[in-house]
Amino acid sequence: MYPVSYHKPASVDDAVKALSSGEEAMVLAGGQTLIATMKQHLAAPSDLVDIRGIAELSGIKISGDTLSIGAAMTHAEVAASKDVQKHIPALACLAAGIGDPAVRHMGTLGGSVANNDPAADYPAALLALGATVVTNKREIAADDFFTGLFSTDLEDGEIITRVDFDKTEAAGYAKFAQPASLYALVGVFVAKRGGDVRVAITGAGDDGVFRSEALEAALAKDFSEAAAKGAGVSADNLMSDIHGDADYRAHLIRVMAARAVAGAA
Amino acid sequence: MSRIHVTTTINGDETEYLCEPQDTLLDVLRDELDLTGSKEGCASGDCGACSVMLDGRLVCSCLVLGAEAEGRAVETIEGMASGEELHPLQQAFIDKAALQCGICTPGILVAAKDLLERNPDPTEEEVRYWLAGNLCRCTGYDKIIRAVLDTAADMRGAA
Repeated sequence: MYPVSYHKPASVDDAVKALSSGEEAMVLAGGQTLIATMKQHLAAPSDLVDIRGIAELSGIKISGDTLSIGAAMTHAEVAASKDVQKHIPALACLAAGIGDPAVRHMGTLGGSVANNDPAADYPAALLALGATVVTNKREIAADDFFTGLFSTDLEDGEIITRVDFDKTEAAGYAKFAQPASLYALVGVFVAKRGGDVRVAITGAGDDGVFRSEALEAALAKDFSEAAAKGAGVSADNLMSDIHGDADYRAHLIRVMAARAVAGAA
Repeated sequence: MSRIHVTTTINGDETEYLCEPQDTLLDVLRDELDLTGSKEGCASGDCGACSVMLDGRLVCSCLVLGAEAEGRAVETIEGMASGEELHPLQQAFIDKAALQCGICTPGILVAAKDLLERNPDPTEEEVRYWLAGNLCRCTGYDKIIRAVLDTAADMRGAA
């Protein structure tokens, strides 16, 4: 790694100051992607601002129908949270299946969301659940937050503080993990609220996480495995790489959608 | 860049060191503290050869900065045996030949010990899922999984 400066602020305000102090400062939210990327010289921040000691970014709360998860909560903490398990079990299940135990002990919700890896699990959950990303400056709807491969609507000096999820009638997540990386080759998150069904796909889109209109229409009419399997999922705009071509991913989307519906609770 | 002074606990001993901000915990353990049991395999968090415990949580020390250990407790493979007496997992790995080249072994032992402390009676599936972050290119895993399951049974019997 290239030389870097390390900051450990105790508040969001101090973190914002530290972010503006360096030429190219970056937030260190878990490091499970960023540190590996720095070693490959694909990222070369001047400063690392470690936000995990900030109390405001911690904790999981329920108020009314809204579940709020602090940005610095690790995947293991989200998976183990009784509140998450009760409020949106599919979200706890998703967190329990991210990477391997070491990744889940360090990686955080905020870090995953801000990085917006096209094969990461959390972006699918946020998009399907219609979550709200709360930052030190504003609230951003998930529909507006993810803007393409490794891109988000976040501005310089903007830090995710928490993510708010509204309760659903039923939600489910199923992924076909790429066996070496444990990232999603295809992951499908379904969320049902009355007649409204949202379906978000990760791992498959050539521009990152996206909603499937075909699956949403099919499942709004009939929330069943058969409807998911029969939906006309197109291979257009899907990724083709050494792990699978676009047609294979389109097939996996239908299969994973059916499994997500079957497991929805 | 100025070096960072870190005070931490390693295998129960209070320890101080100076590190560069970009030094990983693995760099510090191996190069500063001479604790070379934790191995650098991939250096990118895939192989688990550098597995250590940080405040009771299994982590890849190659993806943790040395500076992050400030005020925390680190446990490494060097702290696993009690003096000359090997941990039952260590003994089982020798007895059952659950290793070949040995590079992955310290990381697998650290991860397996953590599993058995959380869950003294894991299923084979649970062992395989817990060790998903520890790659072994020699054994094919079978002897490793059996050694962990047999040790779990022995430790339950002894308890």
